[in-house]
Amino acid sequence: MEAALDWVVDPYRFEFMRRALMVLLIVSVVGGVVGTFVVHKGLAFSGDALAHSTLAGVAIAFVNGANVSVGALIAAVATALGIGWTQRRGRVSYDTAIGILFVAMFSLGILVISRRSSYTPDLFSFVFGNILGVTDADLLGALLLGIGTLLFVAAFRRELVIVAYDPATAATVGIPVRFFQYALLVLIAVAVVVALKAIGIVLVNAMLIVPAATASLLVRRIDRIMWLSVAFGAIASVVGLHVSFHADVATSPAIVLVACGGFALALVLTARRRSSVITEAIAMMSGVAR
Amino acid sequence: MSTSSPTQRIGEPDHEHAREPRPPDHSHESFALEVRDLWAGYPGQPPAIEAVDLRVPVGEIVGLVGPNGAGKSTLFKSILGLIEPLRGEVFAFDRPIHEARTEVAYMPQLEEVDWNFPVSVRDVVLMGSYRRMVPFRGWSRADRDAADVALEQVQLTQYASRQVGELSGGQRRRVLMARAIARDAHLLLLDEPFAGLDAAVQHDLLEILDKLAKDGRSVLIATHDLACVASCSDDAVCLNKRVIASGPPATVLTEEVLAETFDRHLLTVGPLRAAVVHDEHLDGD
Repeated sequence: MEAALDWVVDPYRFEFMRRALMVLLIVSVVGGVVGTFVVHKGLAFSGDALAHSTLAGVAIAFVNGANVSVGALIAAVATALGIGWTQRRGRVSYDTAIGILFVAMFSLGILVISRRSSYTPDLFSFVFGNILGVTDADLLGALLLGIGTLLFVAAFRRELVIVAYDPATAATVGIPVRFFQYALLVLIAVAVVVALKAIGIVLVNAMLIVPAATASLLVRRIDRIMWLSVAFGAIASVVGLHVSFHADVATSPAIVLVACGGFALALVLTARRRSSVITEAIAMMSGVAR
Repeated sequence: MSTSSPTQRIGEPDHEHAREPRPPDHSHESFALEVRDLWAGYPGQPPAIEAVDLRVPVGEIVGLVGPNGAGKSTLFKSILGLIEPLRGEVFAFDRPIHEARTEVAYMPQLEEVDWNFPVSVRDVVLMGSYRRMVPFRGWSRADRDAADVALEQVQLTQYASRQVGELSGGQRRRVLMARAIARDAHLLLLDEPFAGLDAAVQHDLLEILDKLAKDGRSVLIATHDLACVASCSDDAVCLNKRVIASGPPATVLTEEVLAETFDRHLLTVGPLRAAVVHDEHLDGD
């Protein structure tokens, strides 16, 4: 019993672990809320593209001695607007256009990094995530961006939902559909940047998709999916953080694997529930049940 | 796609829905909807509709008939400003239509809507109550009551908390109809509201529309269903890229007009309201 308590409490004797926990909770809230739209509007690939595009901003800011997170934010928002633009005007298919933006921005990032001959560990902490490198400034930045995201979603939840469900009718009732379609992409960009330092470019999309996808297996209303995906994200973060601390493994893959394990579990549980409904129906039809 | 079913639809709408004939002269009225010389289409293609003039008098039901590809949905979308008209003007209640948004309810075709989105039937109907953008505002008690009444009218109360994607095609149409009703607008634009509905439900919805019209609401219905237009609307407009004819159904739905509207050969049986059209266009969705 005491050992279990130690397992839970021990890590937080360290300040960097307390900071890590806080930033992961912010990531879970933002990722859960924004991720619900990502999953249900089929924007997973956009999320991944936005994550990878940040490398260009990170690299350029790093080389010029500017704030790397601000560079990431600018790159992600610019890419979000680019995705929105190709969505409306593109003469190639949407996913092709995103794929091109994605590789262009990522290549730009690698190109800029390659001009520096020395090893740049700080940059690679952005690629793979470095939860222990989260500073107070990072935490504050994540908190402000997170609050901004939540306020926007709370303020315009009706508009976001109506546009997502039925953009044509949304336009007829005077909702600026284009604005909200762009806004959603910018929200994804912001959510990506909030999680970037902690989780890393390669895995950040997981924090948007996996908890929301898990929640969507269990409940069917958008507000409930949001709440539940925040909870799943937080649970995966805390469990993953502890596993990484005690087993001495990288944090972000630990968190993502725990989240994916949760998804698999939900999949199995709901599959059984679905099949039991079917079994019951068959039994009823054949006059056996009750 | 079969070409044999139109006969079954004929005559389903019954006499109780047949509206009293009115004098064809509308000059004394103001119009719920007035479309003047409207041209619209998609970039890089010839116009889908040309020089369309159309009027919906206040308190009347106007049926818009035409084959698939005749431009019915394009007309609706350009009326609503969803696609920019190439030319022409649209007025609702004597104002440019974009100034009269709260007076207009629109029921789109099923494929315009994302049925997998995680919203319940009641959530969708509530959307009809949306008036304007007010940050942090939720739905009011009155909005919820209006949604519940509309759900009851289309007989979907028992499905209120279902996710919309779980409904059948006919039920989905009823949800969109309920949303249009909940909007409490004075002009309803309904794009194929009856397709895929069985006769009983269609009957009930027609009754609702009839009630709305008696209440002073105006309705424009795009439909394949000639029988419905013949029996339930005050005016009919035949569209095939341009307006072939418009006026009271009895004078408009003639063999010649329908032949021109539907391109192919058709056969009218009995006095107008039983028009059988042998044309694959009629069996859309």
